[in-house]
Amino acid sequence: MKHKKQITMMLNGKQISADIEPRRHLVDFLREDLGLKGPHLGCEQGACGACTVRVNGQIVRGCLYLAVQADGATIETVEGLTEQGVLSDLQEAFLRHNALQCGFCTSGMLLAAAELIEHQPKSNREQIRQWISGNYCRCTGYHSIVNAIMEVLEARADGRKVKPVTAA
Amino acid sequence: MKAAAFDYVKAKNLVEAIALLSEHGEDARLIAGGQTLLATLNLRLSEPSILIDITAVSELKGISVQGNMLRIGALVTHTEIEGSDLIAQHAPLLTEAAPHIAHRAIRNLGTWGGSLAYGDPAAEWPACSLALDAIMVIQGPGGIRKVSANDFFIDLYTTTLQADEILVASEIPLASSNQSHSFQELARRHGDYAAVGLAAVIRKEKGKVQTCRLAFFSVAAIPTMATKAQAFLEGKSIDAALIQQAVKLAREEIETLADITNSQETKTHLLGVLLERALTKMMP
Repeated sequence: MKHKKQITMMLNGKQISADIEPRRHLVDFLREDLGLKGPHLGCEQGACGACTVRVNGQIVRGCLYLAVQADGATIETVEGLTEQGVLSDLQEAFLRHNALQCGFCTSGMLLAAAELIEHQPKSNREQIRQWISGNYCRCTGYHSIVNAIMEVLEARADGRKVKPVTAA
Repeated sequence: MKAAAFDYVKAKNLVEAIALLSEHGEDARLIAGGQTLLATLNLRLSEPSILIDITAVSELKGISVQGNMLRIGALVTHTEIEGSDLIAQHAPLLTEAAPHIAHRAIRNLGTWGGSLAYGDPAAEWPACSLALDAIMVIQGPGGIRKVSANDFFIDLYTTTLQADEILVASEIPLASSNQSHSFQELARRHGDYAAVGLAAVIRKEKGKVQTCRLAFFSVAAIPTMATKAQAFLEGKSIDAALIQQAVKLAREEIETLADITNSQETKTHLLGVLLERALTKMMP
């Protein structure tokens, strides 16, 4: 039995501490130990992107990052970013464009799209496709996801917010 | 799948990291970005007894110009390279190549040194380091030694690094004003492993090729230079007919190896296609 390590991190704005096995990757820690079910585990080998979370302000594959490495780091998940309103435009646009069906990829897709909007606000459709090439979606065929991200980029460029989708 | 159990220690500096590596030997693995290591741990393709985290080792960080060389620390991430003004100015080949490496979330953690030390034949940085005539700075218990990229890659996933040594940085000659480059890669989907790739650097003198380095990747067990095509091009002005002859030479001299999706014949054909594209781009 290997010794557990103590870690402390800022998670969605709150400081948390835990004793964990070094082999536990970040998403298992978030899901199994803390009950945060936003980050999903698809392939667990870095191919699908469903596990995307933010570490120190940048998106990473949560399955390719050990919880023990997050000692001292700032971690944000779709739960925390939703609460902050960081993703609200993207979330409205995803709804409007039917950019999800089963929703398994959506949390990772939203976090990847948010970093694109921050770093490459002038992206065209091809550049959006390249950026999200690290996130698999098996329902939509990606077209509607690209539409949704494009709408947010265009709205931001014009200084607009994306109009909320409201029930009729 | 879940990784087998292992111990974990975070080294505070380079001396401590090397001491830990000497102590634990083959049972230990260094972890920097971990973007290959974590996948192999999760799949139980590797089961080290201890991981030595080197991400806090400051000697391995940063991009700087030292004299006539550009120094890239082993811990510099692919994203840092992609966005660095120093790299864009002094090694623009790397700026062009960086977006081809996997995907943003992986580039945010994966490192320059990790990619070189792993020696994946399909990876971008080993071929770029060869094309740019980089020098690898290596430190072990006995001190620092320097190895040319030409001698660094030995075989499939095998470099000249010994079990108790750490790749500290690479030193790359600053790009001169008469230097041009081209980076070419074919993959089925953006960010996938390359079917074939090429990192090319040419220096010209009065319109003629002075020196030329054509480093192909994902063609054989290690990144491979087309030395006959290079020698043929040197001293000549590039034109369409010359390009065809260089392509023929490169296809003849490089002994390609098939991978899981591409046959030997496909690779041989495609390396010529990429060389034609690169030389056409660097013709004027």
